Amino acid sequence: MYSPPFLKEVPYRMEKTVLAMNQISIEFPGVKALDNVDFETETGVSHALIGANGAGKSTLMKVLCGAYGHYTGEIFLNGKKVNIRTPKDAQDLGIQIVYQEVDTALIPYLTVGENIMLNETVSDMGKKQVVNWTRIHKKATEILESINVNVSSRKLVSQLSLSEKQMVLIARAISKDCKFLILDEPTAPLSFTETEELFRIVRDLKSKNVGVIFISHRMPELFEICDEITIMRNGEFVIKEEIPKTTINRVIEYMLGQKLDDQFPSRTPMIGETVLETKELSDREKISDINMHVKKGEIVGIAGLVGAGKTEFCKALFGVTNKVDGKVLLHGQKLRIRTPYDAVNQGLALVPEERRKEGVLVHETVVTNFSASSLNNFLKVFSFLDFRAEATKAKEMIQSLGVKTPSEKAIVENLSGGNQQKIAIGKWLVADAEVYIFDEPTKGVDVGAKRDIFNLIAALADQGKSVIYASSELAEIMGISDRIYVMYDGRIVNEVMTEETNEEKLLLYSTGGN
Amino acid sequence: MNTSSSVDTKKSRQGFDLFDFMYKYGTLILIGLLIIFFASMNPNFLQTSNLVNILRSISIVTIIGVGITLSLSVDGFDLSVGSVASLANAVVISMFVWYQQPVFIAIGAGLLAALMVGALNAFMIVKVRIPDLLMTLATMFIIQGVALTYTRGATISQNMIMPDGTYAQGQISPLFAKLGQIPWIIIIMLVSVAVVHIFLTYTKHGRYMYVIGGNQEAARLSGIPVNKYKVLAYLLSATFAAIGGMVLASRVMTAEINAGGPYLMDAVAAAFIGFAVLGAGKPNAFGTFIGAVLIGILANGLVMMAVPYYAMDIVKGTVLALALALTYYKLK
Repeated sequence: MYSPPFLKEVPYRMEKTVLAMNQISIEFPGVKALDNVDFETETGVSHALIGANGAGKSTLMKVLCGAYGHYTGEIFLNGKKVNIRTPKDAQDLGIQIVYQEVDTALIPYLTVGENIMLNETVSDMGKKQVVNWTRIHKKATEILESINVNVSSRKLVSQLSLSEKQMVLIARAISKDCKFLILDEPTAPLSFTETEELFRIVRDLKSKNVGVIFISHRMPELFEICDEITIMRNGEFVIKEEIPKTTINRVIEYMLGQKLDDQFPSRTPMIGETVLETKELSDREKISDINMHVKKGEIVGIAGLVGAGKTEFCKALFGVTNKVDGKVLLHGQKLRIRTPYDAVNQGLALVPEERRKEGVLVHETVVTNFSASSLNNFLKVFSFLDFRAEATKAKEMIQSLGVKTPSEKAIVENLSGGNQQKIAIGKWLVADAEVYIFDEPTKGVDVGAKRDIFNLIAALADQGKSVIYASSELAEIMGISDRIYVMYDGRIVNEVMTEETNEEKLLLYSTGGN
Repeated sequence: MNTSSSVDTKKSRQGFDLFDFMYKYGTLILIGLLIIFFASMNPNFLQTSNLVNILRSISIVTIIGVGITLSLSVDGFDLSVGSVASLANAVVISMFVWYQQPVFIAIGAGLLAALMVGALNAFMIVKVRIPDLLMTLATMFIIQGVALTYTRGATISQNMIMPDGTYAQGQISPLFAKLGQIPWIIIIMLVSVAVVHIFLTYTKHGRYMYVIGGNQEAARLSGIPVNKYKVLAYLLSATFAAIGGMVLASRVMTAEINAGGPYLMDAVAAAFIGFAVLGAGKPNAFGTFIGAVLIGILANGLVMMAVPYYAMDIVKGTVLALALALTYYKLK
């Protein structure tokens, strides 16, 4: 009978394998993503890797599994130097990874068995030309049984749930020799019971002498399942600790480090009556029971880590999501928002997270972008466009927003990220909305442009507009907002006044603590 | 990213870029060269009667091509235009010959039939979300079959023998017959081009359609009613296909089996050649007209040089491939 490599006659005392990464550095154009990072773990242990957004966790793991070959530094297995430059190098050494986006690694119209045994059919066939399907399915079934996963090997992957797909990927990873298994944000899309199931498998693997490296933002989970934790910040190694000997608050302090310089405008908010209100808003998928409100002249922050449901909330509010339950009230009147077109007509504006895909029209000129949401204001008779008025307005906006562009006729694709974002925001200033929703507006924006964007948002509030500011950059939320809702796992878990809280508390709430 | 580097744009504007120049003016230069070449081979080529003949020969292709241009502008693709033209052709002739209807009812019936196809396309593409190319491929076959079934697989013409053995009584109105003759056929073409060009370039609706074509999701999030404009594009595309089909009907005075079918590929070619004309970089009515002129001159000139008609598709296909190469190389 076939048995996966790790089940083969293990010696009475399992031999530990120690993995050490020393002084790992890697650069991408303009960014030093990792700066002399050290990382150490061993088999039979589950090791948490944590850090704020952009800390370099995923980059480090991609180095380890051979996805980025151009790093400097050394990797050792049991003190012996190894050279990992390609995914195959890593796999041959028994290092496997399961990425967060499970669908990119699976072939949906093949069966579970074929997907699990993909490595074998692709690279280990040798001179054989004919695939022995009976054997493939038999082997796959045995691997699935060995981790107690109850999925038929002959089922199509396209019919599986998200968590089942994850199980299939784990099964594939251990179908070959697997010493270390990296799980990148595995629990983000999973429900509570699915997460429990995953943890059972992780414990199972641990007992079979596999080292599991666990990347996650969810603090309570890490403390439940992991033995050790490595904390990273801004591409650097901070500290390695034993989980039983540390606390969530200590980890959070290490994650945050020093505070950012004050780059936020100071203002005295003039807060009026409630403008927009949601009652038990839910999108039937990610978010549920969102009750929040925003007042005139107020900036409300939506804090939460990546995957907490902030973007889904913004999209549900703006009519992007098709199926939304619950109510949205504007000045106490129930709104009927089925599409973004309705939302814009009701005075809502959304600056979406994916700037190039959703925020600006990259192939169009600056003029076209500025007028895109308010073209009705630039018309002559019979819907003919008033090009002159359009250009005048665009020039005015370029001036007032400080957009760096050769002319108003430049194509937006050729401008920098910060300038594109100013245009994405400027579009709504021209349209003159009442409620502005910002989803991660500073993503990929340089420091100078960031300050301009904060000033813009503050100015909007001062003019009596209502602002919803969603971001996973907690320092920004603290700096810009008057009141904060914290989201965790698709729900609002806390509401606090900015002056009565701090970044540590926000991070604690956003990681599921309270 | 610092502030000084963000001023720079990716492409420098200095220096003469040969590829860019050829992209913008290549089609026009090619037309010029072809005229010189054909004129030197055969002086008759430049006679007014021949030039008018060329314009007449491209008018139906241009009208249908202008419809395709509208569907392309929202990043769609309407492959059913050839079949719609056949259908409109059959309906309008049958209205005269079989049912002895006046001109306006006949034309109205032809347009109505086409709009129903356009509405079907739009519904399946916008609501059911079938990719445009595949859906209109399906409608192309369906409507081809509908037109065939409607004409009972035969040509409709004046004084045809009806199934009961009598002769058809209806006559095609002389007013309708004028549409397919010079100068009206050319005027209809030029008006179609001008109207669509103005619509796409100078009105709010055209702007929205191009914006949707460039990035549908960003357009939607800007508050543009994307689905409404996609429906409009397919209705307009079907309308111009119907106009093309009816002009064809007027020109040949019969409804032959699948008469509109052959116009599809020429119209598609014209629309794609038109992408590059004057550097527009997107579907545009004027470019489609120029594309049709190029194809028309080639066909006419090659016939004069006694190249057999059956070899013509090789030339047209090659020109289309070159135009596509130009457009997609530019995108790279």
